[in-house]
Amino acid sequence: MPNRTTVALTGLRDTLPLTVGTTPFAVIFGTLVVSAGLPPAAALALSAIVFAGSAQFISISLISGGAALPVIWLTTFVVNLRHALYSATIQPATKKWPLPWRVIGAFWLTDECFAVFERRMQDANEHETLPYYLGVAVPFYLNWIGWTAVGAYLGNRIPGVATLGLDFAMIATFTAMIAPQFKTLVPVAVAATAGSVAWLAQGLPYKLGLMLAALAGVAVGVLLDCRQRRQLRRETVEEAV
Amino acid sequence: MSDFLWVVVIGMFVATYAVRASFVVFGQRLRFPPAVVQALGHVPVAVLTAIVVPEAIAPGGQLNLSIDNPYLVGTIVAGLVAWKTGHTLAAVLVSFAVFGAMRWLL
Repeated sequence: MPNRTTVALTGLRDTLPLTVGTTPFAVIFGTLVVSAGLPPAAALALSAIVFAGSAQFISISLISGGAALPVIWLTTFVVNLRHALYSATIQPATKKWPLPWRVIGAFWLTDECFAVFERRMQDANEHETLPYYLGVAVPFYLNWIGWTAVGAYLGNRIPGVATLGLDFAMIATFTAMIAPQFKTLVPVAVAATAGSVAWLAQGLPYKLGLMLAALAGVAVGVLLDCRQRRQLRRETVEEAV
Repeated sequence: MSDFLWVVVIGMFVATYAVRASFVVFGQRLRFPPAVVQALGHVPVAVLTAIVVPEAIAPGGQLNLSIDNPYLVGTIVAGLVAWKTGHTLAAVLVSFAVFGAMRWLL
């Protein structure tokens, strides 16, 4: 059995491409917070305490747009709901961990850590999952905080950074994350609905339009899923007849 | 940092951590009905599109559907590259180059 350090180092190595890949976003995030007129400490607090890339980016536009507290919190919750699926997926691999480690480990369950850990958790020996997870999560977390600090520092130092169009980085990333799914009808319909409602509901107070749009998109997705299931059932019945 | 920002951050932490801890900490006592799991699958596309669309078609709040809107052109480029290749980082880099060139030239 390889020792814990070796296993943790494997985790670190497996995560390296994602750690490097998210570094520019950490820098941009730190810069954006400062250029939105918020203190650098806010950038660090969000990265260190919340540690959720897309929710962090959205929160800047919500905070500087004057959104109400419950709206900021609810939007964060909705944006991060996908993590419940990650939590359910890794649950079997983590159930033997001591409770304090499960409590701490859950904090680091980002998209990236999940992606790396999930790939390895099946074939890993059960004593190895915890050191492996820590090797994945801890360096990734520290890297995110460190580069956020660099971004906040640069944002304070470089004049006119707000006019550079760094906000486009968030839009480009989100677009690149969802576009590969536009190969079947349902995600396209979900996106078309959410996009249109978001535009039409822009005037709503407290930035509530975003949540309304998300709900409308999900509702359309659920409706289409139901229709497809019904159709599938009808076809199976016809074949049986 | 103001008290308001601390309250924002603590609330965001709770909203994020509760979701991540759900199954890992509380284990099998929790269970999602399959319909909920399926609905959750639509959340990322819905939320992210709802964020992107207004920013792309109306940067700064002004509707601009013309070809000289770098946000719109950049978003379309990012979408096309990601859709074609499946590489997130490549899509971001290419679209950022297009966006930057347009900002610089226009």
